Amino acid sequence: MSTPEQKYAPGTHPDLPPPFASTGPIKWIRENLFSSPANVTMTFLAIYALYLILPGAFSWAFSDATFVAEDRNECRALNSGACWAFIAQRWQLFTFGFYPPDERWRVVLAFVLLILVVIALLWENCPARKPLLILACVFPFLATWLLLGGFGLEKVSTDQFGGFMLTIVIGVTGIALSLPIGILLALGRQSNLPIIKYACVAFIEFIRGVPLITLLFVASTMLSYFLPPGTNFNLLLRVLIMVTLFASAYMAEVIRGGLQAIPKGQTEAADAMGLKYWQSMRLIVLPQALKISIPGIVNTFIGLYKDTTLVIVIGLLDPLGIGQASLADTKWQGLSSEVYLFVAIFFFISCFAMARYSLYLERKLDTGYKR
Amino acid sequence: MRSIKYAASLAAISAISVSAQAATLDDVKARGELNCVVSTGVAGFAAPDDSGKWSGFDVDFCRAVAAAVLGDGEKVKFVPTTGKTRFTVLNSGEGDILFRNTTETMSRDADLKLTFLPVNYYDGQGFMVPSALGVASAKDLDGASVCIQTGTTTELNLADFFRVNNISYEPVPVETNAEAQTNYLGGRCDVFTTDASGLASTRASFEKPDEHVILPEIISKEPLGGAVRQGDDQWADIGKWVVNALIAAEELGVTQGNVAEMAKAAGDVPSINRLLGTEGDFGSMIGLDAQWALRAIQAVGNYGESFDRNIGPDTAIGLQRGLNAQWKDGGILYAAPIR
Repeated sequence: MSTPEQKYAPGTHPDLPPPFASTGPIKWIRENLFSSPANVTMTFLAIYALYLILPGAFSWAFSDATFVAEDRNECRALNSGACWAFIAQRWQLFTFGFYPPDERWRVVLAFVLLILVVIALLWENCPARKPLLILACVFPFLATWLLLGGFGLEKVSTDQFGGFMLTIVIGVTGIALSLPIGILLALGRQSNLPIIKYACVAFIEFIRGVPLITLLFVASTMLSYFLPPGTNFNLLLRVLIMVTLFASAYMAEVIRGGLQAIPKGQTEAADAMGLKYWQSMRLIVLPQALKISIPGIVNTFIGLYKDTTLVIVIGLLDPLGIGQASLADTKWQGLSSEVYLFVAIFFFISCFAMARYSLYLERKLDTGYKR
Repeated sequence: MRSIKYAASLAAISAISVSAQAATLDDVKARGELNCVVSTGVAGFAAPDDSGKWSGFDVDFCRAVAAAVLGDGEKVKFVPTTGKTRFTVLNSGEGDILFRNTTETMSRDADLKLTFLPVNYYDGQGFMVPSALGVASAKDLDGASVCIQTGTTTELNLADFFRVNNISYEPVPVETNAEAQTNYLGGRCDVFTTDASGLASTRASFEKPDEHVILPEIISKEPLGGAVRQGDDQWADIGKWVVNALIAAEELGVTQGNVAEMAKAAGDVPSINRLLGTEGDFGSMIGLDAQWALRAIQAVGNYGESFDRNIGPDTAIGLQRGLNAQWKDGGILYAAPIR
């Protein structure tokens, strides 16, 4: 009798594959789902819960759903599940609000440019990054021109903005402006100059002490009482200012947290090198402080983005507002699940993308502080 | 840097216009657009359709005023408001006129400094119950659980009604009308209560409307009408007479279809002649031209046509005229004469 093993000299046998049960999916399942009696129970409970929920949800959302219909009664006659025809008929309203239909290409163009600019700004290895960064510098003007018109394009008033477009306009402007303002406020709060310091403290504490909804309300209605009679300045602009100020105050505190984590020795070393205040901030302190603050900063961005839904209280119709108004159409009354699910998916996609990017950024900048 | 430029450019482009305060009519004419305060969506009264165009019974009155003043029923900017913000928006000057399912009350008229226009819809609070409950009158509702929106006149009316009739109920407080519907359909309350027009449209949206009955009792008066800011009498007159003109047009048999024909020359009926400007000079009394009513009727039709198109028996809302019929037909719509 000879076994194959005996063919090899001692110490030269090639490695055998690991046992079947300790590799691949089987190993993962054993380790993660069935590692202890408690885990086994939890796994079966979870499977049972999914079994209860998923088939119903699936048939409601897909197999029993109606995708083409003229109104809700037709939906009902055709099938018993979700009436996606509602969304299909109204996606333009949800996307562009009341923007004139013939001019909607401008919104699309501005959005495409925004995507290009964002990719170029956020991704270092982006092809053709240089020209895109130049585009980024002129983008704010370009987008304003495209959206509002004038200079050869038909003028569109901001009260025709609505839906996802409105969310993105408010969200992007707020995000882009609140970070620099927040940094200045955070530095101001730590300043040795008392006037600057107390001005920043007062601003931050006042804004943080008031709910956003109150600020929006002040912007939309109270301001008319304070301004000289007959003055009328754009409602969307007022909202943008309020949202930006609100986010800046929170941003300032997040960044102050990061600044406090930088040891004093860093600034002292910078001073010893002969760096001026702004140089030491720009070259030494802020790069470290901002890196630590990334999770908090992105948290504030996401919060701001979702807070844009509050503009409904002052009569601007964001996606939720459009949804609410649409539900009052006699053709579609009562389809609230479809509307809220649709809007939720949009917000989830946007916010999840921001969260993932922040993780990517943290990994990229991870140079030794990670615990 | 990018961001700062953005702010600067936005600030530069946003219109900062200066206009006179008191004369709303001049403001509206200068702007070329009527700012009309409506709701963020009430079925049949104001809602955007699939293409984003606002329509509804309240919306028609906005368009009629715009047509009378500016000559075009499309020159309206709709300012959607919630129940809480509607009066602030009107009083702060963000809106010129309000048509938003608004009950005329003494405190709103006197305390909130509004001037109400003639009532365009007589409503009142009612009850809806599942027909399986076998209830025929609201007085049989002893011990029932009722979904109520907190902080509304509905809540106060309900408490009054049950106390006066010496019966008890179990309140289920909810925040919004949509929440009340869900609770009612889920069986967490036996009774759904709101204004009768709301009951009808809610019932129409149910999967099986036949399984629910609206009880005959109407327990409150809710005269819904437009409103303007107090202190600009000419503007209030315009609102008032446009509403009156639409009601009078129905009474006189003037419709969207025949109004142009009738307005060509003075006919045999003096009141039609006065309405359409072929006799007398009534438009100039409110700062408009002689064809003001003609344009309003051309834009949206007379009262009855607008009613039938938006909330009438043939629509999904399915409201009967009831109190809102002309006085000749047993209702209480009674337009003051134009003379």
